[in-house]
Amino acid sequence: MVLNKIEKLVEKYENGETSIAEEQELKRFFTESDVPEHLEVYKSLFTYFSVNQQETFNKALPLKKTPVIPYKWLTAVAATVVLLLGFYLGNRTKNQDLGTFNDPELAFMEVSKSLEMISTKFNQGASTVGYLDEVNKGTSTLNYLNEMENATQIIFKKEKK
Amino acid sequence: MNQKEFLDLVSPFKDKLFRMAKRLLVSTEEAEDATQEVLIKLWNNKSKIPAYKNVEAFSMTMTKNYCYDKLKSKQSQNLKIVHSNYEDKQVGVQKQVELNDSLHWVEKIMEQLPEQQRLIVQLRDIEAYDFDEISKILDMNPTAVRVALSRARKTIREKLTNTHNYGIK
Repeated sequence: MVLNKIEKLVEKYENGETSIAEEQELKRFFTESDVPEHLEVYKSLFTYFSVNQQETFNKALPLKKTPVIPYKWLTAVAATVVLLLGFYLGNRTKNQDLGTFNDPELAFMEVSKSLEMISTKFNQGASTVGYLDEVNKGTSTLNYLNEMENATQIIFKKEKK
Repeated sequence: MNQKEFLDLVSPFKDKLFRMAKRLLVSTEEAEDATQEVLIKLWNNKSKIPAYKNVEAFSMTMTKNYCYDKLKSKQSQNLKIVHSNYEDKQVGVQKQVELNDSLHWVEKIMEQLPEQQRLIVQLRDIEAYDFDEISKILDMNPTAVRVALSRARKTIREKLTNTHNYGIK
């Protein structure tokens, strides 16, 4: 009786026509009771299904707290930082106050002192440039070569004649 | 939605995602990575979760697509996913050996099925989804699901009968 029913169910099962409840019944039959030899194949099939149903996912889930700061807030913050930095740098250049003199005589003395310093340094530089004279001397001695050329020209002229 | 609420939401079906991923990718490690990836994606888009009609079906579809992508990229790299779940099964009883062996055969036969049929058998015979849910997850019509399921079940039975009778008949 039971076997008859099971055989019918198996046929329906293969045609994909069984309901979930009927499939549960098949599963129960094949995993629990003694199965006749000609249906042995289904025993391993349904056992496989129920064994596989028990496999679980055990890997940890690294759920990070996603940052809730919206994008437009981020841009606002960036703009503020840029502005603040701009003000800070601007103020710093303005603060480059070197001071001033109230007494004109003192100012004159300071100016002449610094000018004098500039002139001495300048002269030092100029004196080293003096070595350029040596080069001039060298080129002037090269002029003697002209003399030689004159001589050769005279020789050639004579040959032409 | 905080972490606890999210975990409560996904815990009823996270194993199903994993089992489906494993059905497609075969290797346990790959399936674990895939499931993790899918759940993290879901978490990162948690603001959209209330808009989904069926989070479970949606996640199943996500997992299926993710695994298909994985398989496709593996194929284009010309790499085979190597099945490397080494298990140390302690078997004492002869009966247990036999049973494990036949279960192993079922697994081998399942692996030979086309991906779609494999998924349908997984969803129906292991996870016990109804046809409407399966057709939603796989984006197929219910009749096609039924036909593919019937075909897969018959193939499995035929191949299993052959291996059972091997050397006997």
